Amino acid sequence: MPLRFNLVVGGTLFALAVFVGLFAPWLAHTDPVMDANLLNAEEPPSWTWWFGTDAQGRDIYSRVVHGARISLTVGIVSQLINTFIGVSLGLTAGYLGGWWDDFVNGLTNLMLAIPSLIFALAIMAVLGPGLTSLLIALGLTNWSFSCRIARASALSLKSQGYVQAAKVLGYGNLRIMVTQLLPNMLGPIIVIGTLGLGSAVLAEASLSFLGLGVRPPYPSWGSMLSEARDQITTAPWLSIFPGLAIFLTVLGLNLLGDGLRDILDPQSRSTRV
Amino acid sequence: MTAVPLIEVDDLRIDLDVQGRRVAAADGISFRIDRGETFGLVGESGCGKSITALALIGLLRHPLSIGAGRIRFEGREIQNLSPARQRELRGDRIAMIFQEPMTALNPVSPVGRQIAEMFVLHKGKSWREANRLAIEALASVRVPAPERRVKDFPYQLSGGMRQRVMIAIALACGPDLLIADEPTTALDVTVQAEIIELMRDLCAAKGTAVLMISHDLGLVANVCRRVAVMYAGRIVEEQSSDDIFRNPAHPYTRGLVGSLPRLGSRAAHGQSRLQEIKGVVPAITSFPHGCRFNPRCVRVTDVCRTVEPAVDLLDAGGLVRCHHHG
Amino acid sequence: MRAALSGVIIMADSASSAAADVILRVRDLRVHFHLSGGLLGKPRVLRAVDGVDLELKRGECLGLVGESGCGKSTVALSIVGLQAPSSGSIELDGEAVTAGGSIDRKALARTAQIVFQDPYASLNPRQTVRRTLEDPLRLHGVRARSEIDDRVATMLAHVGLRAEHADRYPHEFSGGQRQRIGIARALILNPKIVVCDEPVSALDVSIRAQIINLLLELKETLGLSYIMISHDLGVVEHMSDRVAVMYLGRIVETGPWREIFERPAHPYTRALIAAIPDPLLRVPFVRAKGELPNPLKPPDGCAFSPRCRYVEDPCRREPLPALERHRDEHLVRCWRAKEL
Repeated sequence: MPLRFNLVVGGTLFALAVFVGLFAPWLAHTDPVMDANLLNAEEPPSWTWWFGTDAQGRDIYSRVVHGARISLTVGIVSQLINTFIGVSLGLTAGYLGGWWDDFVNGLTNLMLAIPSLIFALAIMAVLGPGLTSLLIALGLTNWSFSCRIARASALSLKSQGYVQAAKVLGYGNLRIMVTQLLPNMLGPIIVIGTLGLGSAVLAEASLSFLGLGVRPPYPSWGSMLSEARDQITTAPWLSIFPGLAIFLTVLGLNLLGDGLRDILDPQSRSTRV
Repeated sequence: MTAVPLIEVDDLRIDLDVQGRRVAAADGISFRIDRGETFGLVGESGCGKSITALALIGLLRHPLSIGAGRIRFEGREIQNLSPARQRELRGDRIAMIFQEPMTALNPVSPVGRQIAEMFVLHKGKSWREANRLAIEALASVRVPAPERRVKDFPYQLSGGMRQRVMIAIALACGPDLLIADEPTTALDVTVQAEIIELMRDLCAAKGTAVLMISHDLGLVANVCRRVAVMYAGRIVEEQSSDDIFRNPAHPYTRGLVGSLPRLGSRAAHGQSRLQEIKGVVPAITSFPHGCRFNPRCVRVTDVCRTVEPAVDLLDAGGLVRCHHHG
Repeated sequence: MRAALSGVIIMADSASSAAADVILRVRDLRVHFHLSGGLLGKPRVLRAVDGVDLELKRGECLGLVGESGCGKSTVALSIVGLQAPSSGSIELDGEAVTAGGSIDRKALARTAQIVFQDPYASLNPRQTVRRTLEDPLRLHGVRARSEIDDRVATMLAHVGLRAEHADRYPHEFSGGQRQRIGIARALILNPKIVVCDEPVSALDVSIRAQIINLLLELKETLGLSYIMISHDLGVVEHMSDRVAVMYLGRIVETGPWREIFERPAHPYTRALIAAIPDPLLRVPFVRAKGELPNPLKPPDGCAFSPRCRYVEDPCRREPLPALERHRDEHLVRCWRAKEL
């Protein structure tokens, strides 16, 4: 199979972001929080300061590298929560049907009607800022897409012969959902999960930008943008590099999601050679 | 003196593009259909019967293409016609009906309009005139209350009614050749019998030649005067439909005729083991060497595994492609 | 003592409910679907199965024939517990399946199994053959590794697959082999009754004989009883001991296979036989006219009357004809059966 452009580029970008996040302590030149030195404040990018320095003289490169850790952790963990909630609700709703399906459907529609960022803001307002509340807020507000996909897959899969056969063999509902339905809907769920991961990284940036979520001095890409907004004309590198990090990561995830859709979509995969 | 046949297929090869590699999905296909004649192509899924039909009507699309050979319509080669000329031929001179009429009909247009369109497109009639002709066409395919049915949308009709509409569209312009690809496979047997009878009557009355394609040898033999059996991209036998049932020459045809439980055979022979054709149908990408049927054949010898058999003439009239026929 | 007694009355009326050799008894089965009537219409009732009685004896194959929409598949699904009946009773091996609505799926699974039509959709594409066969065994309490391996290997051999096939996925098999796997899955729990729902219709013509032979062989070696559902009369005649013909949710004719196919009494059965496209088969019967009526608005009187060539006035009026004795075990639901 010819390697697809979007799969390769997207995968590379995302792998790079994960690599940077994992090895941040070794890749960073200085400590992102402690190594402030007002003598080096607002240096433009140079051979010494690759991405320049901020008003406290901290190395932007090191902060972007450490920011990958926080941004990706928040993105991945919250997206895992989203996928878990979405798939559990969607799978059970689609397979069991009845009042539970109506209830989940109503809940999904409700979630889709409220802008998820505003909903997340409301949750943050109740829980107070911080990493844990950020994870909860983002993890509770973005599951409607995976729920819809899981429900639609369950609806179409449950009439398949092998699901019927499992019932006749005496399988219980939970066993059927886990062994017969779930493995056969993983493809679209992974695609939606990957695309959702991009929005989760963006949402983290937005919330941190608004001062909720990760608080200074700890670096996340969103909080760095937030701190940089007053100096956007005098020291543009303060915004450019974290912004570029967000842009490339989200772009990479979207390309990866599209590429995965191409290979995991059951329609395009031949069943018999 | 022999008249020019209506359609003549000469050593046709159809290529399938499998990720840049070209494999022959069907080759060495030769047959002729005379004006007003009924001819059947029988075979299992993947034997190449449907793509042969698509080649005749100029509807092969990537990854399929004509690799070699000629198709002559009234003596004129048509395999290299421009798309515009092919469109002219299609519908007007050569028409086709498909297995599933629901997907072949436009779901958002009333059936009367879809029939009338043919008269406007190919015969240059006005819409008013075409609508009148559409009602006549529906009546001719024995649809009750045609003046009301023309306003129906395809979903409002039963499967049998939809197939009647397809036949009305196909025969609207009085084509010389009707290609019917599994026209009744989606229908119940009692309805199938009616549709087949309708198709046979109408084509006989109008002198339309029929190329019928099906996996059901009995059905094809019922409709057609001559039958060709395809296996793994080759025509392996061609005979009159009576002979092919009574004296099948190719071991594959023999197997097909003998393997199916026919009504009345249990009363005659008891509940004996059915004669099986062993093995499986080969994939297009891995047709066997030599005779393509050799891994499944009961008469196989060494020569079958290495040498592809040539076409032999049968005494009774007919063709067979087998080293050990008869 | 009771068993000896019941052995004598097996051929008698259905009064012999204790007859040991009746393994499946369906009584007055009805499956009605309630459809909403859209924005304005009244809710409507689709009577998919409307009062079906069946008996299957041990070791017997009962053929269920009819065109799409006649309710034969709904009967099959009810027997294996995939479709809840609206009313009526199903007794398997003396145990009521449908009493009180709740069914013991596991117990039912060890008695009745089903082979589906489509060998492509009926196997989980993400499970190897071994898993497909092992999981049900574990679920039903077979714990010992050696026993599981043993039973999987035996079953593969039974259906004509090789041991190394066990670790392959469904997409690596052809249609005929997949159907063999489907049969193996249906038989792995040693059921007594197997419902075969059009088991060869989706297969290539040259493969069908293999599967038909296999099913008949397994019936003998494993002592199975079959409900054989098909629209192909040739297949049904070849496999069945008794046959029931269904039309619009009801049985219109039933009896031993020879009676049904050599002396069919119902005009619909005759029409089915007349519609077989076999150039060598010459039958004196007339075909049906028209198509299946809308099952939501079934005709008054005999359901077949609008399509029947022998129709007379009484046929179109209520009440509908009863399923009555025609000759010995041959029952027919037709006002004119005796005259025809």
